[in-house]
Amino acid sequence: MDDMYRDYILDHYKNPRNQGELAGATNTYADSNPLCGDELTMALRIEDERVADVRFTGKGCAISQASASILTEEIKGKTLDEIKAIDRDHILENLGIPISPARIKCALLSLKTLKGAAWGLPAWPGEDEAKARSAG
Amino acid sequence: MAVTVKSPSQQRSPLDVARIRADFPILSRTVNGKTVVYLDNAATSQKPRQVIDAMSAVFEEYNANIHRGVYEFSETTTAAFEGARAKVAKFIGAKDDREVIFVRNATEGVNLVAYTWGRDNIKTGDRIISTVLEHHSDFVPWQQLAKDVGAQIVMIDVDEDGRLRRDQLSAELKKGAKLLAITHTSNGLGTVNPIKEIVAEAHAAGATVLVDAAQAVPHTPVDVADLDCDFLVFSGHKMLAPPGSGAVWARMALLERMRPFLFGGDMISRVTVEKTEWNELPWKFEAGTSSYADAIGLGAAVDYLEAVGVAKIHEHELSLVAYLLPRLTEVSGVTIYGPKTLDDRVGVVSFNIEGIHPHDVATIFDREGVCVRAGHHCNQLLMTRLGVAATTRASFYLYNTTDECDALLGAIDKAKKVFKV
Repeated sequence: MDDMYRDYILDHYKNPRNQGELAGATNTYADSNPLCGDELTMALRIEDERVADVRFTGKGCAISQASASILTEEIKGKTLDEIKAIDRDHILENLGIPISPARIKCALLSLKTLKGAAWGLPAWPGEDEAKARSAG
Repeated sequence: MAVTVKSPSQQRSPLDVARIRADFPILSRTVNGKTVVYLDNAATSQKPRQVIDAMSAVFEEYNANIHRGVYEFSETTTAAFEGARAKVAKFIGAKDDREVIFVRNATEGVNLVAYTWGRDNIKTGDRIISTVLEHHSDFVPWQQLAKDVGAQIVMIDVDEDGRLRRDQLSAELKKGAKLLAITHTSNGLGTVNPIKEIVAEAHAAGATVLVDAAQAVPHTPVDVADLDCDFLVFSGHKMLAPPGSGAVWARMALLERMRPFLFGGDMISRVTVEKTEWNELPWKFEAGTSSYADAIGLGAAVDYLEAVGVAKIHEHELSLVAYLLPRLTEVSGVTIYGPKTLDDRVGVVSFNIEGIHPHDVATIFDREGVCVRAGHHCNQLLMTRLGVAATTRASFYLYNTTDECDALLGAIDKAKKVFKV
């Protein structure tokens, strides 16, 4: 537990990097975890197939917000192909803390919004059906 | 924040909690090296040995399908199943056992009513009155029905203490309504609505009343004859019984006029290629093989609750609220949602800690062995009304103690230390 809320996680939660609106954003994607109320919007400015700049806005638990903060630090300057290659294990490795099964969705919301933005998606494929299934 | 509580001497628990706890095997288990402190009873309750044994006995001693075999096992299972129905009927004050329909849970109960009575009686332009206190189980079925038939959903708000706005309800009832679908007790805040008065008012306005009693039947005496409602639904798993058990209660006259919900085996009396005649009540509404072991478990749970006394359980839970509320109020950064007094409430305490998301709170609590719910509690309308995405909720039952309240308070301290707030 104390492992889960390490200082750098709490630091990213309380002092998020790259948080705010992005002027001139070319790609934006918003999503949420309805069960816990985590919300994230990822905004990218893509120039020459590269992330020239990134900002995120959102609210939610320490894990979801710290995950977004850490991810945005990493992706600046990366190519779209590099971003599309980032996977779940990479995110969990970045966080560097044990994430319990119930909190995986919190940790991965950043990845989902980043991918949505990078692929230029208006909504996640199959989202409506998935939301309908999970509505509780 | 003003918290009105009676003095501790007036709020002593009437229960022998140590003796009760000995009946619940799970309560002596450890989580993360600490004896579990189970404070998520509004989500589901733990089960006493008596219920576990009653269900084991089904499979170890006499299991056979109900209402079918003409041999001893089937007759024993059928008698136990119908015996459970009689216990439930008596427990909620039903005049006739046949008024109790076994369903899997309160959600299925509301759907049963929505798909049968609802579809035959609610028409285009009709008004359905709901409240922001409703669990999704008593809102979404009506919302969807309203969409399908072109009816209108009218929402009733709560005041700052999470009490239903009776003035709004009265005003809306005066405008007319086909149905009032209302919770007896809020799962999110613990508010108890004055259902008897509300039913009388709704009936005077010509509305039919469905009462969601999922949080009421386990915690307070509920008597359908006294409430005079039309439909009442509840789940077994919140009242010491297994998941998969629950009931819909409605008056015989109403049930007789209703068409069946699900079609198939057991709910018929005669089938020909041209047509099917329905079985008698209550089986008309129980298609397919019922979850009879779960229903038998529910019967055993009712026996247990009656032996302890539901009124005493309610008093016990209030004694825990009386202990916790003033202490919780003194913790800096804690916001409590819902009623701040002991009147018309049950043992549900919803709160947030400033600067810590409820999911982080619950994760840290888990390390301390404290189980609470963090989230929207299937109460998104209420969360929106409160202006929060989620809350942390502690909810009591007959086996909880003031020591466990202290463990909760200790876990809050721990969370604040971890987050340095």
